[in-house]
Amino acid sequence: MNLAQINPLAAIGRAVLGAMAEIGRLAVFCGRTLGACATPPIYLREVWRQCLQIGFFSLPVVGLTAVFIGAALALNIYTGGSRFNAEQFVPNIVVLGITRELGPTLAGLMLAGRVGAGIAAEIGAMRVTEQIDALHTLSAKPERFLYAPRVIAATITLPILVLTADIIGVMGGWLVSVGALDFNGSIYLQNTWDFVTSDDIVSGLIKAAVFGAIIALMGCYQGSNSKGGAGGVGRAATLAVVGGAVLILASNYVLTSLFVKLGM
Amino acid sequence: MTTPLLELKDVYKSFGDKHILRGIDLSVAPGQSLVIIGGSGTGKSVTLKCALGLLTPDKGDIFFDGQLIDTQQEIEKARERTGMLFQGGALFDSLKVWENVGFTLMHRQGESRKVTRERVIETLAKVRLGASVADQRPAELSGGMQKRVALARAIIDKPDLIFFDEPTTGLDPITADAVNELIVEQVKALGAAAVTITHDMASVRKIADEVAMIFEGKIIWRGPVGQLDDSGNEYIDQFVHGRAHGPIQPAI
Repeated sequence: MNLAQINPLAAIGRAVLGAMAEIGRLAVFCGRTLGACATPPIYLREVWRQCLQIGFFSLPVVGLTAVFIGAALALNIYTGGSRFNAEQFVPNIVVLGITRELGPTLAGLMLAGRVGAGIAAEIGAMRVTEQIDALHTLSAKPERFLYAPRVIAATITLPILVLTADIIGVMGGWLVSVGALDFNGSIYLQNTWDFVTSDDIVSGLIKAAVFGAIIALMGCYQGSNSKGGAGGVGRAATLAVVGGAVLILASNYVLTSLFVKLGM
Repeated sequence: MTTPLLELKDVYKSFGDKHILRGIDLSVAPGQSLVIIGGSGTGKSVTLKCALGLLTPDKGDIFFDGQLIDTQQEIEKARERTGMLFQGGALFDSLKVWENVGFTLMHRQGESRKVTRERVIETLAKVRLGASVADQRPAELSGGMQKRVALARAIIDKPDLIFFDEPTTGLDPITADAVNELIVEQVKALGAAAVTITHDMASVRKIADEVAMIFEGKIIWRGPVGQLDDSGNEYIDQFVHGRAHGPIQPAI
């Protein structure tokens, strides 16, 4: 076997080994951070600060996303439903689509951009300015002081944001249905209320909690591994967003399959 | 013979094929101020990070107060008796000045926020900063003030050993001299040992009891600060006089 035949194999082997090592490092990082989330001491003041940063300040972007998605969804369902005289199902499908799928997924993706990048950039800047080294010298573990508060805050606040997005998204559909599609407003809301089940809402909120943890973990992981100054911080932010978004979509499928199996 | 407070024996550290430390031997006695000089990329910061447990040496031993530092528990015990002033200050942007300075009191000793704040204001006064600075954020301070806040953070827990990484980098000569004076004053007041790395010869002459020079990952000279100008070592002569020509090649 000559070198030309060996080299592509070696390149594939290197890539596989590199990917396995990265997955291993990420798994160790997640294990340590989740361990710090579950055991004292928990820095509650930091958790509260992060809840404001991650949750409260993301409300406008999540709200705007929800209202437009709800409105567009209503129009699309009306258009599709009119092909077989099923326009009356607009409120049912809007609320189902928003609570089970679009609310958590789109809120997760928006937060992967806004919060994931922000966390990666902040922690990356702390890495390159030696603030993380300083934490070590002061006997504070970064996973306790930096990462755990962000993961806890994102896991708590994303379900709250998604619940808000569910309400705003349904109202977006209601506005378009009443304003442009001649639906009766009170009947639309009554149909929505009668159709939606607690499983629809709870399954979306469980997804949101998982997505919140993923966003914060990816942001912290990429930020803590950034190196090489401003360029490295920028790369960490990009990787946090891309990695977070891909993991959200992948875990969305896994969770949906699980809920279907459980009959939720 | 006094046991050295810090001792590095035959320490090696490489990053890939870059061999940074190639057998560093170094010791610091209690109360002694040692300044490590050397060109860029010679291993000064890596030496400091190994001594602090931020990097793990590939080979060699590190002792703190006679105790071999070879476990995370030993590293943590040594850190409780150690302070560190980072080159850029490394103050936490998200915390106020008093929370930065009192970080170790609150998080290591479990001190209340009220008591911590009082102790921080006392410590800020030692580095000539008023109480009004306590509630500011690090980004609102000048470079010299940030260095003084970082010094306050390093000394607040009365450490036995303080590391200074380029304490005067980026400061004008007058502020640099003021920071040097504060370092000497506070280290003496605590009776602590100090290990400083710097390029700044004015700092060396002000701070050092002894000077050690690193070149290519090894200590090539060590002696009292008074012998710097007549060391008889051509590497020291070139470095002290800042000449481009000599046995040390400029890092460009």
